[in-house]
Amino acid sequence: MAEVKRSDPAFVRYALTGLTYGIVGTLVAIPLVAVFHYAFSRGLGAFWSNLVHNADTRHAIFLTMVVAPVAVALNVVFGIAAAWAIARFRFPGRGLLITLIDIPFSVSPVVAGLLFVLIFGVNAPLGEWLKDHGYKVIFAPPGLVLATAFVTFPFVARELIPVMEAVGPEEELAARSLGASGWQLFWRVTLPNIKWGLLYGVILCNARAMGEFGAVYVVSGRIGGQTDTIPIQVQKLFDTPGENGIPAAFALASVLTLLALVTLVAKVLIEPRLREKE
Amino acid sequence: MSGVSKRALPGFRIGLGYTVFYLSVLVLIPLAACMLKASSLTWSEFVAAVWSERAVAAYKLTFGVAFLAALANVFLGLIVAWTLVRYDFPGKRLIDALVDVPLALPTAVAGLVYASLYAENGWLGQFLVPLGIEAAYTRLGIVLVLVFTGFPFVVRTVQPVLADLDVEIEEAAAVLGANRWQTFRRVLLPTLIPPALTGFALAFARGLGEYGSVIFISSNMPFQTEIAAVLIVSRLEEYAYAEAAAIACVLLAISFLLLAAINRLERWSQRHG
Repeated sequence: MAEVKRSDPAFVRYALTGLTYGIVGTLVAIPLVAVFHYAFSRGLGAFWSNLVHNADTRHAIFLTMVVAPVAVALNVVFGIAAAWAIARFRFPGRGLLITLIDIPFSVSPVVAGLLFVLIFGVNAPLGEWLKDHGYKVIFAPPGLVLATAFVTFPFVARELIPVMEAVGPEEELAARSLGASGWQLFWRVTLPNIKWGLLYGVILCNARAMGEFGAVYVVSGRIGGQTDTIPIQVQKLFDTPGENGIPAAFALASVLTLLALVTLVAKVLIEPRLREKE
Repeated sequence: MSGVSKRALPGFRIGLGYTVFYLSVLVLIPLAACMLKASSLTWSEFVAAVWSERAVAAYKLTFGVAFLAALANVFLGLIVAWTLVRYDFPGKRLIDALVDVPLALPTAVAGLVYASLYAENGWLGQFLVPLGIEAAYTRLGIVLVLVFTGFPFVVRTVQPVLADLDVEIEEAAAVLGANRWQTFRRVLLPTLIPPALTGFALAFARGLGEYGSVIFISSNMPFQTEIAAVLIVSRLEEYAYAEAAAIACVLLAISFLLLAAINRLERWSQRHG
């Protein structure tokens, strides 16, 4: 009886289901298939040589593999510190702090990159001073790390805060009363309780870090073989005249797409464990 | 849960201290630097930078395409969320997982593949271009990639609200003689508006700042297909740092207004959820 009243007429059901296939198919599924189709359109050999026989592409892969993990590591330390303070304690300005953590979600990546150019770039006092002492931030890997860290820092913290709140402080208080030191408390009680949330945050953060474009575009200066990351190199290959540019761009893009798909599979696998905790 | 006493657990000072330090280095000091740089301009120079004809055209385009894309996402998102929550169909779990792809797929990849799909010889362009629907290098293309990047937001805000909805409310409406459409319009739709608006605002905010996917599919021509982020980059490439900072300040002000609006909306939809 209840089911009958809640259910929609059959034609509505079929129409909406059909529309959903159409929407997700056109927006997401066809583009995903197309990436791999274009990447492999000239065969496996051409795909492989597109990836390994271009020195700039090789360097871009190497640079992304360095910059993204460093940014993720910085954000993990920040995420744990922020979640600990926000989930376990009440203090004035706590609400403001939570809002600040959301800033990168609404600031344009290009503006984020610009902010660092204004501090560390040419003509900026700090940038000039660092340059005189032999440090280069903008148009160099440190700038890439800063810009990437800015865009991705909410991911770990935003995952950890609700997980830590759901777990509650009881076990930690018990451990403390039994004489555990701060360090023991973290490694033996807190970390095991938040490990799935942490892993989830790291995976999301890493996917975003490896694929970041706008912020990196602005701070990198796009020096081929030096400051180009994978996404920037994809864009350069796309703009390369001649008929090999686009297949090469897709070959490199398919690597990022694979990373995105692995991220989503990991997400599907981890999510049930997160709910278990709650 | 309420907080514990600062003496019961260790690490409050170091946790909060590091959080504030990190946010200062990464966010607060850079924001201050941007405002400082913009304030190095005189008032009339500032106005000339942020209100030039080219800049106004870029804001209009940016707002227009982000608004249209977010609006389209409200409709698409409601359909997809409704279908995923209410019906069983083959491939449901796959479709549900695919909704998250735009959050994980780098925007440069999205721009690259959309530009190729909708080009004259692309998979979709070969059918659409003869019909006069040209997406590659046009404003329509920008809207399309923004629909893609903002697609998960409405689905993911509406889905949990729809799943948690009380069965009894709908049954009561039916018992009282409402037909299915009336039940939807008068009973279900009002509860879906707050989460749909939150999703709209999130997609809109994302669309305003989007860069990576847009530069692939747009021709990036001033006055025609140049969005605000592209204008900032071209000012930077001219080494007009103060002008770039001034335009960035305008975008930042809008971002913060949107952030405040999203916060309000989220609280509102939690109260109604």
